Amino acid sequence: MELKLSEADAAFRHEVGAFVESKLPPEIRRKVELGLRLGKADYVTWQKILYEKGWSAPAWPKELGGTGWSPVQRYIFEEELALGATPPIIAFGLQMVGPVLIAFGSQAQKEHYLPRILASEDWWCQGYSEPGAGSDLAALKTRALRDGGNYIVNGAKTWTTYAQHADMMFCLVRTAETGKKQEGISFLLIDMKSPGVTVRPITTIDGGQEINEVFLDDVRVPAENLVGEEGKGWTIAKFLLGHERTGIAAVGRSKKQLRRVREIAARELSEGRPLIEQERFREKIAEVEVDLLALESVVLRVLSDEAAGRAPGPQASLLKIKGTEVQQAITELLFEAVGNYAHPYVAEALEAGWNEAPIGPDYAATIAPHYFNWRKASIYGGTNEIQKNIIAKMVLGF
Amino acid sequence: MDGGLTEEQNLLKDSVERFIERDYPFDTRRELAAGEEGFSHAVWARFAEFGWLAAPLPEAHGGLGGSPVEVAILMEAFGRGLVLEPYLSTVILGGGLLSLAGSDAQKAALLPAIAEGRLMLAFAYAEPQSRYNPSDVETRAEPRGDAYLLNGRKSVVFHAATADKLIVSARTAGEARDAAGIGLFLVDREAEGLTLRAYPTVDGLRAAELRLEDVRVDGGAAVGEAGGALPIIEQVLDRATIAVCAEAVGTMGVLLEATRAYLETRTQFGAPIGSFQVLQHRVVDMFMAYELSRALVYRAAAAAEDAADRAAAASAAKVQVGKAGRMIGQAAIQLHGGMGMTEEFAVGHHFKRLSMIGALFGDTDHHLRRFAALRRAS
Ligand SMILES: Cc1cc2nc3c(=O)[nH]c(=O)nc-3n(C[C@H](O)[C@H](O)[C@H](O)COP(=O)(O)OP(=O)(O)OC[C@H]3O[C@@H](n4cnc5c(N)ncnc54)[C@H](O)[C@@H]3O)c2cc1C
Ligand SMILES: Cc1cc2nc3c(=O)[nH]c(=O)nc-3n(C[C@H](O)[C@H](O)[C@H](O)COP(=O)(O)OP(=O)(O)OC[C@H]3O[C@@H](n4cnc5c(N)ncnc54)[C@H](O)[C@@H]3O)c2cc1C
Repeated sequence: MELKLSEADAAFRHEVGAFVESKLPPEIRRKVELGLRLGKADYVTWQKILYEKGWSAPAWPKELGGTGWSPVQRYIFEEELALGATPPIIAFGLQMVGPVLIAFGSQAQKEHYLPRILASEDWWCQGYSEPGAGSDLAALKTRALRDGGNYIVNGAKTWTTYAQHADMMFCLVRTAETGKKQEGISFLLIDMKSPGVTVRPITTIDGGQEINEVFLDDVRVPAENLVGEEGKGWTIAKFLLGHERTGIAAVGRSKKQLRRVREIAARELSEGRPLIEQERFREKIAEVEVDLLALESVVLRVLSDEAAGRAPGPQASLLKIKGTEVQQAITELLFEAVGNYAHPYVAEALEAGWNEAPIGPDYAATIAPHYFNWRKASIYGGTNEIQKNIIAKMVLGF
Repeated sequence: MDGGLTEEQNLLKDSVERFIERDYPFDTRRELAAGEEGFSHAVWARFAEFGWLAAPLPEAHGGLGGSPVEVAILMEAFGRGLVLEPYLSTVILGGGLLSLAGSDAQKAALLPAIAEGRLMLAFAYAEPQSRYNPSDVETRAEPRGDAYLLNGRKSVVFHAATADKLIVSARTAGEARDAAGIGLFLVDREAEGLTLRAYPTVDGLRAAELRLEDVRVDGGAAVGEAGGALPIIEQVLDRATIAVCAEAVGTMGVLLEATRAYLETRTQFGAPIGSFQVLQHRVVDMFMAYELSRALVYRAAAAAEDAADRAAAASAAKVQVGKAGRMIGQAAIQLHGGMGMTEEFAVGHHFKRLSMIGALFGDTDHHLRRFAALRRAS
């Protein structure tokens, strides 16, 4: 059931693996291996390393900095990055606003932003959700009023991932109150250093700070920061939903995590024997593994459709639901594997640079917080219930 | 009125629920969890005043002689309030071991002190390698004349740092996982040779790793017959298991109510999200899991004094609660959307406690295996 690769693809896999092996700073690798919290610098350092190699945005058109790889190569690339314990690529710039600008941006916007995104010079965040507009995104109220050469923006965004690190936010705003609510929405780029932008962190149940409230009070945004036409923000948002579908399944990252389950279960003891020898636990791992194989099989079909130039079906929602279910199932296995050592919580132990001896085995500290934190995966990016609504409507025709 | 309970039990239920509702609000709990010791001595004193610390202890020694059902009533309410005080460690585990195995002198000296809130205990039985098997004991107790020398490590000992005394399981004979050869020893927290490494837990409680290096205790510190403690340990862990299952039921109840209420107030797409049938059905699943858990846990509590039934009852309750707790906790977060993920909101804390109860005294798989083995043996 291993991926059968052509000789060229196998050589490519080897090349990527060797690159990761030699270029990923060991300290960052260690953090990823142990699930320790990554700082802004960890992500940026790694993305810049990829940039130096010309690999920071494989899916972009070649003339704009892409690699020209086949879909299968891009898949291999992602998998090697995951298996090599690299920090995940922060999607907001390279995989979200970048492709949006390529498809909808003005020449000036492309020239200004794309090279900066490619080189990870700006950190982007995504300002969609609001307190009153989560699943019902089109209900968003943040208002952008045209005033000469500017928009004056007022409102509040919430759950904004890494807004505290961000230089720029791509934002859905309301530019018209009349007509269908989707039609009054526009796509605006906001400089986070603008007067009137306030970021307030939200602590999540695992004790981490990755999401924020973003308050916008009379923020002046130059009109040239509008992407596409006024009132066409919803079209752009929908374009993004279908973009880079195969990435959201995160098959490579799940493979890596399943390896981790096995490694930990080989070290943990149960009745004096390694936990991995316990049939029930082994079968539970196998069950998730089969799920992951099925998921990967769908991903591969999507990729081969893409390679053959066939328009892929609306599989994004399936990949999101099943991908996050697998990820969450793995966090449960990890939680079970560490037994009593799921309990201790030393906040500093989740950060690199904590020099005290671990409580219990070194891999244990992050396991329960990770299980808690990963409940987010079925909520963000459109909840799994909303994804099912989409399948019901778009695929099954209800 | 709760159908299965006596009039007195209903009074107890009312009073403890009222206390939690009025005097143990979430914000207070949050402050206590963040404080130095992680709970409140003032609250503990009130538990004593109300007779809750005395509830399951024998009448001959200052207790009220209550049954596991009274304990379940208290624990269910504690689960509603996410109570931080060391009731489980001191009263159920510590008090339970002493009641069952202590000498008359130990009982006379220690049980009234527990009941009056003057003595806190912790039970050190787990070890780094032991997972959920209480006979997987490597810690040694070597007889030295009339005394014992204790050496070894104990892991994740809840409320150890605030306990006056610890009850430590240690081998006087045999090898790890032998049923025979385990003893219980009372050790002063300040005892020479005992090192504690204390830390908070992910659900806001406190625990510690223990290292025992030539800790000397005299013969009078042995609780029960040295070498024959395993049946006592198992009996007390079964009671504790049922008690945390009751605590979990309280927590599940809060999550069920909170989620139902949230679905009524949160609107999206111009309607309360509770109008979406998929969400209703999800809450129905939560409700059913909660009702099934509650009924089974109280039945297990009623069976807990029956030697033939106790172990299977405890394991059955833990399996049911483990599965239901995971499902209810996850659904509660999911149905709250982003709100469920925030530290600020109580729901996430209930989810965390429920998750950790899942890993306490044996997880679902452990108790499933145990239940199957007990059934096969009977
Ligand atoms: C960790 C994290 C990071 C995030 N990062 C970002 C970010 O960077 N940028 C950003 O813009 N947003 C971000 N979000 C927000 C995320 O997209 C929203 O939380 C999500 O869309 C759900 O919205 P909500 O939280 O308001 O929940 P609600 O929409 O209120 O949903 C509550 C529950 O109701 C269900 N529900 C709602 N409508 C329906 C329906 N019609 N049918 C069936 N069920 C329904 C939902 O599935 C959910 O279970 C993030 C969220 C999290 C948790
Ligand atoms: C073995 C058997 C014995 C039976 N015995 C008797 C009997 O003795 N007397 C008698 O009167 N009838 C009897 N029935 C009939 C039975 O009560 C009906 O089959 C049942 O009520 C469902 O009706 P239906 O078959 O028309 O299916 P439908 O009502 O058409 O339902 C089809 C599916 O849609 C679902 N559905 C329908 N409405 C909703 C809704 N609002 N929300 C969510 N889901 C919905 C159903 O759950 C079902 O899955 C029997 C049926 C069986 C199979």
